[in-house]
Amino acid sequence: MKEARLMQGNEACTEGAIAAGVRFFGGYPITPSTEVAEIMAETLPKLGGTFIQMEDEIAGMAVVIGASLAGKKALTATSGPGFSLKQELIGYACIAEIPVVIVNVQRVGPATGQPTSPSQGDVMQARWGTHGDHPMIALSPWTVRESFDIGVMAVNYAERFRTPVIILLDEVVGHMRERVVLPEDEDIEIYPRRAPASTIAEGYKPYTPMADLVPNVADFGTGNRIHVTGLVHDETGFPTGSAQVTEDTIKRLHEKITRVQDEITHYDEFFMEDAELVVFAYGGTARTAYVGVEQARKKGIKVGMIRMMTIWPFADKVVEAVAKKVKAILVPEMNYGQLVLEVERASHGLTKVVSLPKYNTMIFTPNEICSAIENLAVEVAK
Amino acid sequence: MRDYEEYFRNNRLPHIWCPGCGNGIVMKALAKAIAKLDLDQDKTVIVSGIGCSSRASGYMDFDTLHTAHGRAIPFATGVKLANPELNVIVITGDGDCTAIGGNHFIHGARRNVDLTVILFNNNIYGMTGGQASPLTPVDKKATTAPFGTVDRPFDPCELAKAAGATYIARGTAFHANPLVDLMVKGIQNKGFSLVEAITQCPIAYGRKNKLGDAPNMLKLMGENGVAIDAYNKLTDEQRGEKFPIGVLYQKEAPEYTAQYAKVIERAGGTRK
Amino acid sequence: MGGITLLKKITTRKERCKGCGVCVAFCPKKILALDNLSKIYLTDEESCIKCGRCELMCPDFAIRVYKEEGK
Repeated sequence: MKEARLMQGNEACTEGAIAAGVRFFGGYPITPSTEVAEIMAETLPKLGGTFIQMEDEIAGMAVVIGASLAGKKALTATSGPGFSLKQELIGYACIAEIPVVIVNVQRVGPATGQPTSPSQGDVMQARWGTHGDHPMIALSPWTVRESFDIGVMAVNYAERFRTPVIILLDEVVGHMRERVVLPEDEDIEIYPRRAPASTIAEGYKPYTPMADLVPNVADFGTGNRIHVTGLVHDETGFPTGSAQVTEDTIKRLHEKITRVQDEITHYDEFFMEDAELVVFAYGGTARTAYVGVEQARKKGIKVGMIRMMTIWPFADKVVEAVAKKVKAILVPEMNYGQLVLEVERASHGLTKVVSLPKYNTMIFTPNEICSAIENLAVEVAK
Repeated sequence: MRDYEEYFRNNRLPHIWCPGCGNGIVMKALAKAIAKLDLDQDKTVIVSGIGCSSRASGYMDFDTLHTAHGRAIPFATGVKLANPELNVIVITGDGDCTAIGGNHFIHGARRNVDLTVILFNNNIYGMTGGQASPLTPVDKKATTAPFGTVDRPFDPCELAKAAGATYIARGTAFHANPLVDLMVKGIQNKGFSLVEAITQCPIAYGRKNKLGDAPNMLKLMGENGVAIDAYNKLTDEQRGEKFPIGVLYQKEAPEYTAQYAKVIERAGGTRK
Repeated sequence: MGGITLLKKITTRKERCKGCGVCVAFCPKKILALDNLSKIYLTDEESCIKCGRCELMCPDFAIRVYKEEGK
């Protein structure tokens, strides 16, 4: 077994990505994500990989897409202001189906906001930040160990589905330190770069979808002479204005993710057997929410907890199932109320959904969560 | 030497450029340069931005990457750093490179990554219908400058020099043969090379500014393009609308991927 | 006996020609013209000196001067 280490969330996330095969980082310094860049700067050259600090956040996104196309697993890291700047090219990676991971260690916004304080304010932006119709995969860890696991998972999903994957850390998890025992190397599953299943002579087209709706786009330099563009394109990769091709493409981009939604929806359930109320939390908030839930249970309140890890695609089915069984769902978030909108939507009016927003730079305390649960219990008893 | 047409995706031609547009002449010069150097067609990547000139990547038979507006240089940097064996050529336009792409242009030159940037300069935003670009001369008309432009252009070659580019050249669609050799030298340079190719947009820029048809715009390039040594001897008065062409600047400097390979060595790694 | 002379042959590809008139303007012998469909043609093939200026200046690769083996 590996030795226990005191690790920081950002550090663990970075090591997870490297364990999954990332050998290219491009980005720009921004609090509270800079540790990812610094660890990459030191570690990648030792492994024969490449680190580059680019001139701005947009260049940081462009360089990792270029590197991915040339055959390297690639990752960039940022926070709110940089995440906003990267949006156009995140959409580029969506439509051109390029594997790439974007780490967003969320801080208080909007704009410069409060660079050293935690927030979960980019949740909706992660889903909708880039223009046009597109799906998105976004994962949010709640422990340092999980930051490592999500680092691995995000890289694997990006490669497997040939899509950008967002890791939504928040400054709580990103900067906290915990004692972790990392998994053994042989226990870390690595999804390899997908390779073309045919040759040019056999009629290879880079954007022909495989059975899982994902195309095997060849890497540059492998003799396939492909064309990659952000314009809507057909199986050949060349642009088209065809209504049918456009419709089919947008649909397929969505379906390649929705068809695996159950598989990639990760969450924890706690105390759900007798739950009449549920706390739905994610990321750093979930840590104190858990303690708050325990406190409330000690006071006799039948409250359970869903700890969401996969933020997008949203876990509609999980929420629907819970909504049928409980009297209310409480959604604490370090924002003005974002993911609660999805919980409301997915509940279809079957239960009361209560937002518990906190947007003053500070993390929740267990008492705050416990009080909110107690108040809610009184409310629903009326 | 292979025929230059072997480097085109002939099934994608004819191209979308307007009748008389100079872009085809410049693209042909690039194909000839690649033919002269006999570059490995499977190890050469063309990266372009967005705009008329940036459509060239779709017509060239290599691995080609049509990126977002202004971003070709950082995409190209990623391609080159991830696989330094690849020859990476960037095709961009005056708007794409010097407006939205300006910052990337500066830093690409500063880093001296081994890229060859062919800047198709038609002094206008052609694709979107003829708006002014940072390289549209003062007092010229454009759809967003119906009463004439107010702001002055800068010289992208001077900017590239200040930023650290190690090979800078300017040619024109009129001087189509010398343009080939300027590109050859640019590709041969192990570092950031800029070849500014003056080209005509008769449909938008030419028409709005009464510059005549494509042949006339080409003739103007022939009159105004002066070899650098001769240009340097002209007085300010004599210079007027003339501009220098040829190899404008060349210098040796460490190339980025080579320097980073040393970083890998220093760190104790082996390049993969 | 003797070597093989490389002759040049001029060909046009009307499907690529956009009738821009550049080659017409630059032909030193003035033997290129646009027909009533605005496509390039040679008015006097015999006077063509195969200088290649038309090919050099054509933006659409619609006119080529090829070297061919001949007597």
